[in-house]
Amino acid sequence: MVDNSHSLLSAKNLYKSFGGIKAVDNASIEVTQGSITGLIGPNGAGKTTLFNLLSNFIHPDSGEVIFDGEPIQQLQPHQIAQQGMVRTFQVARVLSRLSVMENMLLATQHQSGENFWNVWFRPGQVLQEERSQRERASEILESVGLAHMAQEYAGALSGGQRKLLEIARALMVKPKLILLDEPAAGVNPTLINKICEHIVQWNREGLSFLVIEHNMDVIMSLCDRVWVLAEGRNLASGTPTEVQKNTQVLEAYLGQ
Amino acid sequence: MEGYIVSLIIFTTIFALFGLGLNLQWGFTGLINFGHVAFMAVGGYVTVLLSDLDVPLPLLIWLPLCVLIGSIFAALLGLLIGLSTVRLREDYLAIVTIGVSEMVRLVALNEEWLTRGAFGVQGFPLPLQGFAPTLLTRIGMLAIFTGVVALGYWQLWKWLRQRLKGVSRQAIIRSSLAVSGYLGSLGLLLYGTVVGARQLKLAEGISAWLVGLILLGALVAIVSLYTWLARQTIPRLPDWSAGLSLVSCLLSLAVGLWIYQFAAHAIYTYSRTSIKTGLMFISVLVVALIFWGLQKLVRSPWGRVLKAIREDEEVAKALGKNVFWYKLQALMLGGLVAGVAGALYAWQLTTVYPDNFQPLVTFNAWTIVVLGGAGNNVGTLLGAAIFWAYQTTTRFILADIVPLDDARLGAFRVMIIGLLLMVLMVWRPQGILGKKEELTLGR
Repeated sequence: MVDNSHSLLSAKNLYKSFGGIKAVDNASIEVTQGSITGLIGPNGAGKTTLFNLLSNFIHPDSGEVIFDGEPIQQLQPHQIAQQGMVRTFQVARVLSRLSVMENMLLATQHQSGENFWNVWFRPGQVLQEERSQRERASEILESVGLAHMAQEYAGALSGGQRKLLEIARALMVKPKLILLDEPAAGVNPTLINKICEHIVQWNREGLSFLVIEHNMDVIMSLCDRVWVLAEGRNLASGTPTEVQKNTQVLEAYLGQ
Repeated sequence: MEGYIVSLIIFTTIFALFGLGLNLQWGFTGLINFGHVAFMAVGGYVTVLLSDLDVPLPLLIWLPLCVLIGSIFAALLGLLIGLSTVRLREDYLAIVTIGVSEMVRLVALNEEWLTRGAFGVQGFPLPLQGFAPTLLTRIGMLAIFTGVVALGYWQLWKWLRQRLKGVSRQAIIRSSLAVSGYLGSLGLLLYGTVVGARQLKLAEGISAWLVGLILLGALVAIVSLYTWLARQTIPRLPDWSAGLSLVSCLLSLAVGLWIYQFAAHAIYTYSRTSIKTGLMFISVLVVALIFWGLQKLVRSPWGRVLKAIREDEEVAKALGKNVFWYKLQALMLGGLVAGVAGALYAWQLTTVYPDNFQPLVTFNAWTIVVLGGAGNNVGTLLGAAIFWAYQTTTRFILADIVPLDDARLGAFRVMIIGLLLMVLMVWRPQGILGKKEELTLGR
């Protein structure tokens, strides 16, 4: 059913319990290269926990995660990000007392200036890298409409702007896959459309997405494939239209 | 007076260094370190114990080497603390560090074979001991010292120019006149109170509690009057902060030059016996160098990662930063700087007792960092200067005017520091040089 040759991320039989609660109960998920994959399910279905397991912010009790052909469940969260899988958070988390630009620049990987030795003894190289990254960051900020806020504190941004900054910041990592946790939650409809447009555009440029979202319009318009989670278990998966017609899914969502 | 100023400069620089270490750990990285004095103790003890050994090296080479080894030991202590608290949340780090600092002190107290316990280590070699420079060398030293001071003033000038940018000349003059009138009259009033209180204390027939009450009443009256005045004038003086910057820069220029002439004279008359002057020279250079290095660091991508960890370490992790490793680096580098401060401290005291490293010393560093503004290295320097200016001036003035005996006076001075910190927290919670905007930001 699943075409493994193009699989970017595949997780099999992930299991995590907190005390007596099985938050994620043998769930599997697959993201194919170049796709926008959706992850839906009722509240408390374990979607965010699954994200935490995939990015290893929480260690799974069992199961395996393969990213880009390599097992990653033994890696630290920051190593997973370095491999090219970046997560965002359900409630956008920005670094308040850093400027928007600094938030962006932080996300760059392999900066020689992150080694204090280079800061003292190779200031030229550090400065040069910083300059080119600043340019890149400005371009991305421009494209999400945050360029005018670049020098402001990130803590001064509105909720929707924070969501945009978080996604823009994830792009700075130059990832292969971005895990988006409810990108449209608490965002006004115009901005939702804008975020969706950007996601589609970046997807065309080769970036894959795994998106948790409650807004079905967003899921329908964006996703190639949707996975449904309920009570920590896989309920269904398929194209958005297939999933929408699935009686089990309707039951889980509407509680019939 | 000259000797007093020299020793004041030494203490200020030592504690500036000590505070810079803490500022790196807490101000920039958000690590709550309540045991900072441990780094100082390790740095100080290792340095003096090593330097006391018989080593076939000239002191000029061996002493810096001892400081290096001592501060590396302090850094290793930071590594140890970091490694042992990996799995703990940040507030537990505070408890662990305070425990470690007491442990270090108790080890120094009890392991007499190594540290000579409560007897203390004395008679260790001091830097530039027996150094008798020629006139030319002295002039060279003076030039270097002057260069450092000039560099400091140049930075101050650049900062001031930035602050005054976009404010009209007329507004600057108006606001600085108002500010200097305000501060000048306040200073005169306080001076008058001090003089009056001194007379009262000397006068016979007035009981101590009455003197205290009058003094307290006068202070309360002055403070309330001037708070009221500030509330009245600030809305009518939109550019008051520009004026305040200008006046405080001029004030620090005046005070700085006044202190500088003592220091310069001390260096110019340097002879075989003026060990303290040599130490002052060294510690000013060391602070300048380390301050410069740290400023480079905190403004670099490296410093950005530390600040990101302070703000939200989960985000730093999600963006591929090895949070644990950076925390270790901050702990170790901060410890290293405090270790250097420890070596200078030992040299200044010339006798090292375990009691020199009481937990209170840690909180002096906290006072300095909070006073100046967390996450601001210039603020830490300013905080150290204010802290030691307070320490020295109150030693003389308070004894004259407060009707208390010596033992109580010591406690009273600490109480006033606490009171001033509380006032600061209400009036300017971000510290003197902190940025107010940062307080109003949501997470």
